[in-house]
Amino acid sequence: MADSGKVLHVELVAADRLVWSGEATMVIARTTEGDLGILPNHSPLLSSIVEGVVDVQTAEGETWVAAVDAGFLSVADNRVSILAERAEMSHEIDLEKARHELERAQQAGENDDQAQEAVRRAEARIRAVERAN
Amino acid sequence: MALSVREYRARIKSTESMKKITRAMELIAASRIIKAQQRAQAAAPYARELTRAVSAVATFSNVDHALTTEPENPQRAAILVVTSDRGLAGAYSSSVLKEAERLVEKLKGEGKDVDLYISGRKGEAYYKFRQRPIVEAWTGSSDQPTYDVAADIGARLIEAFLAEEGNEAGVAGVDEVHVVYTRFRSMLSQEPTAVRLLPLEVVEGTEAPSQGDVLPLYEFEPSPQEVLDSLLPRYVQSRIFFALLQAAASELAARQKAMKSATDNADELIKKYTRIANQARQAGITQEISEIVGGVNALADANASQD
Repeated sequence: MADSGKVLHVELVAADRLVWSGEATMVIARTTEGDLGILPNHSPLLSSIVEGVVDVQTAEGETWVAAVDAGFLSVADNRVSILAERAEMSHEIDLEKARHELERAQQAGENDDQAQEAVRRAEARIRAVERAN
Repeated sequence: MALSVREYRARIKSTESMKKITRAMELIAASRIIKAQQRAQAAAPYARELTRAVSAVATFSNVDHALTTEPENPQRAAILVVTSDRGLAGAYSSSVLKEAERLVEKLKGEGKDVDLYISGRKGEAYYKFRQRPIVEAWTGSSDQPTYDVAADIGARLIEAFLAEEGNEAGVAGVDEVHVVYTRFRSMLSQEPTAVRLLPLEVVEGTEAPSQGDVLPLYEFEPSPQEVLDSLLPRYVQSRIFFALLQAAASELAARQKAMKSATDNADELIKKYTRIANQARQAGITQEISEIVGGVNALADANASQD
């Protein structure tokens, strides 16, 4: 357990594909309780995450940003898996399209649960792109 | 040999164009099946991680959940039948439907009522034709299922499972949910399978922790109950997605096989018709020659007798 060193093995998984996997020194995700940062040797954790942005800092000092839907985060043995039905890396997101979707979702109505979800999703995607730049 | 050469030629032509179609379908199915397998592989990590998380919760906390509790006296069962949208896939749809019928009989034998949920136009048509009620049908994406469809189906089935008896929302509550789909074993063999989806039986320890390791004591955020609440429906949806992907790969494999034998049959037919047509042509020529020769002889005979 402890001899696996000072890195986290991260897997970012969407329902239909593996979005990103690799070694990281820190992962930040937004859970239902608020933002949560995970460093190596974190205690085992299983948590629900909300639509938002996931930051991954790799061992080489790079930062990867991804937009995810509501899902889960599980940590055990320096393995971090982030599960979401949909997840996209920031460089895969089309900013124009995301802005468009946000506008459309906002117009769709404020009382509608689905529209609210769409708004949150679109916002997360835009935030992810902006954070990455 | 009642037909003329011309008619045989027409038959050969139409068989040839049919062969072109079946051949094209065979090739399309063959190329799509690779994609379908890749999609099934790409979906595997999600299912694996989800299963790991679910068994972690199941193992490290003893929380009861509505989706995992056995109803005391099951009276109603729902069956999701995964069929194809299009035919020309050999016995693919009918063997799934046969398996579904068997399950229906078995459940009825246990004194349960059965609600049918269908995916794929073929299954919908089968039950419509027999005027048997379907609760809901999803069509249009049997060979390339997306996660959204699986999520939709899952949400609907969970809603039915969680619905109380005699509620006013108009949703008939069910006590168990089964799925009938075709398992993709290999390119050559696909097997219709029936599994019970709900209530969930979580397979514990899919990846057994090695001996001597202290089992990780999970922290749950916000709480085990809430994590389980959102984890289990997703687990169900991912199982349905898995079934849909397997069914899609099976459908394509069945179609490829059916189209291959159709192409082979067309080849046979063309060969047979060509042979008969040649025979008819030769018979025609022989007849014409003997008619001419007979005519010439008759003329010569007539001339000779005149002289």
